[in-house]
Amino acid sequence: MNDLAQSPEPLVVVDNLVKHFPITQGIIIQRTVGQVRAVDGVSFKIIKGETLGLVGESGCGKTTVGRTLLALYPLTSGRVTIDNREVHKARGHELLAIRRKAQMIFQDPYASLNPRWTVNSIVSEPLRVHGLMQNAKQRAERVVELLELVGLNARHINRFPHEFSGGQRQRIGTARALASEPLFIVCDEPISALDVSIQAQVVNLLEDLQDRFDLTYLFIAHDLSMVRHICDRVAVMYLGVIVELADRNDLYENPLHPYSQALLSAVPIPDPKKSRTRQRTILTGDVPSPINPPSGCRFHPRCPVAKEHCSELVPEWREIAPKHWVACHEV
Amino acid sequence: MPTILEVTNLKTRFNTPEGIIYAVNGISYHLKEGETLAMVGESGCGKSVSMMSILGLIPIPPGKIVSGSAVYWGKDLLQMSERELTLVRGKEIAMIFQDPMTSLNPVLTVKRQITESLQVHTGMKPQQAVERAGQLLEMVGIPDARRRLTAYPHQFSGGMRQRVMIAMALACNPSVLIADEPTTALDVTIQAQIVELVIRMRQQMSMAMIWITHDLGVVAGLAERVMVMYAGFIVEKASVDDLYEDPRHPYTLALLSALPRADRRREHRLKSIPGAPPNLLTEPKGCPFAPRCELAFERCRIENPALDMVAAGHEIACWVDVRTGESR
Repeated sequence: MNDLAQSPEPLVVVDNLVKHFPITQGIIIQRTVGQVRAVDGVSFKIIKGETLGLVGESGCGKTTVGRTLLALYPLTSGRVTIDNREVHKARGHELLAIRRKAQMIFQDPYASLNPRWTVNSIVSEPLRVHGLMQNAKQRAERVVELLELVGLNARHINRFPHEFSGGQRQRIGTARALASEPLFIVCDEPISALDVSIQAQVVNLLEDLQDRFDLTYLFIAHDLSMVRHICDRVAVMYLGVIVELADRNDLYENPLHPYSQALLSAVPIPDPKKSRTRQRTILTGDVPSPINPPSGCRFHPRCPVAKEHCSELVPEWREIAPKHWVACHEV
Repeated sequence: MPTILEVTNLKTRFNTPEGIIYAVNGISYHLKEGETLAMVGESGCGKSVSMMSILGLIPIPPGKIVSGSAVYWGKDLLQMSERELTLVRGKEIAMIFQDPMTSLNPVLTVKRQITESLQVHTGMKPQQAVERAGQLLEMVGIPDARRRLTAYPHQFSGGMRQRVMIAMALACNPSVLIADEPTTALDVTIQAQIVELVIRMRQQMSMAMIWITHDLGVVAGLAERVMVMYAGFIVEKASVDDLYEDPRHPYTLALLSALPRADRRREHRLKSIPGAPPNLLTEPKGCPFAPRCELAFERCRIENPALDMVAAGHEIACWVDVRTGESR
């Protein structure tokens, strides 16, 4: 796929991932009356040590990709391998081993921590589940080490989540994700619930941890400015499919897909003079429903350059320039 | 341009079981006819509370407006009776909110919600009001507007609901529109649509506007003047160009350097602001930003600086000159 992909080996390989959620009707006898086609054939690779960004608007399926590839959802079809192990074929011990190496940091630091558990129980749970420490004393020492690693005061080990601010909670979630010494972390909108001054703290922490432990990230976000800052490569999703994938500077400086162009031109820039002179493509209408997505190219009803064949043929996923992939008939 | 709204020394507090919350701590500003003023700050800095205070939307108790005045065309909104205020609110000064789902009534049709304010404020006949409601929905870009009048809020998408809210706010041709984070819950392409719509409406109806937000990116594209709030204080006021090109308060400077840019290549790590905003339960003493400020010195911890003019139309509340790091 690209230079990096040939050597060294990618850590995460996602091949034609499809995830549909059934829509059911009826109380006693449930009939399936439709499918929400949340993810409809997504392929990408993540190289060891890199950060791949996955961007798109709400409902485009980016969170579903993250969750499905960690086997939090069973997949409808396709294949995901992490560290050369096929995630959705694994059972029992093998699945546990994969989960140990692939962790997740969640969006909402309020909902993703059990309010009745102390920080100690939250952060030590992975240690217990994976049997990583010999005894309780070692576990407690490891929790202290993890808390210090993410910049929390180890004296707060017996506090409950509600005693912490949003940014601190996100640090607790990060400590929990790191506890099992993972290779790969899915960061699902880890900063979108935080204030600007706190976002930078959490992003810098994630970068430090990546350097220190050679972590690989899938960074799911809708904040395109932060994605350019933190990611090496970026994939743009629209309605269940990836429409463009490229190195960050390629994508931001030379977006090829009309959706990527519109998305990037809509990002607010904190520069009044630039904002006034900027050319913007303002898309009309809303994202269609993933229950019944448009035929052909899914973006064609909103696309400013759509031709007749766009509504009939699904565009091919091709490498238009080295390491720059796009799915569009008009590029 | 004449001043349409003048807020002076506004202080709002809340009595809670944990103690007094010092939400707004003596802010003063003015709004000129037809201008767009932005109020920027992080969550809990008092931006929404300060707006709700002047419109009488603060529940009293637990809230209390301790001091201040908000003079709108010569009359103090804070001294008005509820009856008088009702005549101003929605008619002269309209508001749009962050979350269109919770600010619209889910059990009433859109028609009912728009026509209500028309009938109350302008005394229109029901028939006329429905006609006008249809026009308004069309004006804010709702496709098939007249037919959708009978729809309920849940039948609209987030962006469309925000358009309905805007139609409601504009129903009585207000002279001031207060927009409280109207695009925060929306996706970036929808946000661009709504910002464009509001700018167009503001020009068409020559309203003045106060736009409350935490997003320095959005502000750059729409405001003429900006006020930066921190912990219930206004710490910097400037024209939009001055604020972004020459920020003079350490907090504004830090916020701008903590912001990644989609239009530039990455040069270095983000500069983060250490610590967290102060707890509003303690009576402010000294500069509220001092505990997190790199440039703070002795005086900052003891004495809170008042807003002071540093250049034409540019005021800051700070003892330090950020360009030299020395005391001013």
